[in-house]
Amino acid sequence: MAVLSDDKRKLIGQLQKHLLRWQGFKPSENHPEGIGLGPIEKAFPNTIFPMGSIHEFIGTTPEQTAATSGFIGGVLAALMRKGGVCLWISTSNRLFPPAIKLFGVEPDRVIFIEARREKDVLWALEEALKCDRLIAAVAELREMDFSQSLRLQLAVEKSRVTGFVLRSNPLRVGNTACAARWHITPLPSEVEEGMPGVGMPKWGVQLLKVRNGNPGYWEINWSAGQFMDASKPAKVSELPMRNRKIG
Amino acid sequence: MERRFASIWFRHLTTDWLALRQPALRNMPFVLAEPVHGRMVITAANTLAETQGIHAGMVVADAKAAIPDLQVIDYPPGLIEKLLEALGLWCIRYTPAVAVAPPDGLILDTSGCTHLWGGERPYLKEIVTRLRDRGYDVRMAIADTIGTARAIAYYGKDAPIISSGAEWDALSPLPPAALRLESDTVHRLRKLGLRTIGSFMSMPRTALRRRFGHELVERLEQALAQKDEYIQPLRPIPPYTERIPCLDPIRTATGIEIAIQRLLEMLCKRLANEGKGLRQATLYCHRVDGKMVQVAIRTSRPTAHVPHIFKLFVLKIPQIEPALGIELFIIEADKVEDADPVQNALWGGVPGPEDTALTELLDKLAGKTGILRVSRYLPDEHHWPERSFRLASSIGENPTTTWCEDRPRPTRLLAKPEPIEVSAPVPDYPPMLFRYKGEVHPIRKADGPERIEREWWMDKGEHRDYYQVEDDGGRRYWLFRSGHYTDGQPQRWFLHGFFA
Repeated sequence: MAVLSDDKRKLIGQLQKHLLRWQGFKPSENHPEGIGLGPIEKAFPNTIFPMGSIHEFIGTTPEQTAATSGFIGGVLAALMRKGGVCLWISTSNRLFPPAIKLFGVEPDRVIFIEARREKDVLWALEEALKCDRLIAAVAELREMDFSQSLRLQLAVEKSRVTGFVLRSNPLRVGNTACAARWHITPLPSEVEEGMPGVGMPKWGVQLLKVRNGNPGYWEINWSAGQFMDASKPAKVSELPMRNRKIG
Repeated sequence: MERRFASIWFRHLTTDWLALRQPALRNMPFVLAEPVHGRMVITAANTLAETQGIHAGMVVADAKAAIPDLQVIDYPPGLIEKLLEALGLWCIRYTPAVAVAPPDGLILDTSGCTHLWGGERPYLKEIVTRLRDRGYDVRMAIADTIGTARAIAYYGKDAPIISSGAEWDALSPLPPAALRLESDTVHRLRKLGLRTIGSFMSMPRTALRRRFGHELVERLEQALAQKDEYIQPLRPIPPYTERIPCLDPIRTATGIEIAIQRLLEMLCKRLANEGKGLRQATLYCHRVDGKMVQVAIRTSRPTAHVPHIFKLFVLKIPQIEPALGIELFIIEADKVEDADPVQNALWGGVPGPEDTALTELLDKLAGKTGILRVSRYLPDEHHWPERSFRLASSIGENPTTTWCEDRPRPTRLLAKPEPIEVSAPVPDYPPMLFRYKGEVHPIRKADGPERIEREWWMDKGEHRDYYQVEDDGGRRYWLFRSGHYTDGQPQRWFLHGFFA
């Protein structure tokens, strides 16, 4: 293999950065410090959580879907920190609006759209992703094939809206054009030694696929209104009073 | 502006209609009758029966005595109203403002319409001829006031068109009944020898009022154009409406799109000039085959933005069936509100729910009526989980209370709590394990109970004791027991939600 000159190496590096930018991995002006996912964000290219792209979440049980809803809630809270509106499209309307307040999202800033068929969810999601005034759109879909995901990805690349597709118990996972594929599982919560009760939510976050990034597995907590790396337990005294769990 | 009214009198409205439906009846005397106080009383008789002395109000038995082969047909209730309305709608081709005048007439506001038929005489002739051709025995008159037109139509003997200012002379020879008076008043007038309107028309009004009541004076003044009288049009004319007639019938979606676009441009220009926006609009498509199809849209905020409203209508085009073609498009703004000046960013550049582009998206989604439902929730002051939030009445409504976050609530709530089997050690302790959909979940950690009382003023039933539990797999559930522990009775436990 021929040795590349420094100039060429630099040029290739620049071109790769351009490519990443075109694919939607550019730092957002609104969130220069990231969205609080800590070590997970390092798995993404440029160590930036890709906004303006589609994230796919796979959940096989209702418990996993519930955990995923919570996780998405946490991400939405970071995205909507400066205001704005997001859409939650589903066929069942199972999300309990007051609960997402616990993850930092004002439930009145979420507009719920209930559709009768999966097809209409897809249509509504695509229309929503074309509207650049939204912060994000979440859709609960069971099946999605490659061409459908490609349509969604093309829509967000223009509007820079972040799309989340929550797939509960899909028959076929298949290939999609999404930027990342996640799998969130609930884990036993941690409580102080000898204390009774259920602790704050703890999840096992698995990145099955990341475009141009590194898949991996992390365990995180949701406490004090933010994601916490579960390997470094937070001291209880750091938590504000209202977020502390009392038996 | 000079106003002109036409009055049409259907002399045998119901019998003419029946003769049209059953041609066999045309050459025989027949009557319509309905039961009144246990007797069959004639409500209408056809011309043949009338010539033999039968008239409305007679008892059928008496009429049968006079004409043994008289046909008696039951009067279908509400027939007159239905017929008059149908005829009134048919008359809308002559003027937009048509009103029914029960029991047997129509009033047309012909102001500014007659010149289209080349004057009042051809106009009147056209209507009368067409109605007579259909088989209705009609009389019609045109005058400056409703009262005069009606009087001439019912009782006039000479010219049916009364020119402006000639009401006095036209009314003088007519009997008092022409003034739409109650039969009591007519009777009293006749008793006093006042057999024509002319005989009391020039009497002092105060004297007339004292003797015959307020009604006589009012009717007289209305007939003489000294007092205004209004009609209640069958189809109220909407203030914001536009129409496009087509020379060739339109059959394609592209054609319909062009028509909608043009209609909206005309309508929205008017709305924008007046600072208004539409909330609801209907498109009527009149087809060549005489049928009409209509589609309606609504918006969540008043808007006069053509591309947006156009998009909403485009979604509805598949519902429009052109059949042989559409010859007339009419758009009506059913609900119009004052449009606020364009409101920009509420929260420092980041759009809120009132943003125009956003409401346009929501309108589009909501436009798929029956398929998509758009809702926004606000906190409600109830502890009962299903009632802890309510639908926002509008997209811009702000919450009046704060969202409650001091209690654990599951991210996903089942629409209906599902029964589970539970084994609990001691009353009011969290359960040890539960079985849901055939799977056993041993409980490792639990919180609770949180008792939520039923709101007795809203519904009846047991209170709920909620527990947040975590099983050995780290899965978190929201369980509740319905009601108290009572000896000898099985406890009813339910799963109500999943925690994150």
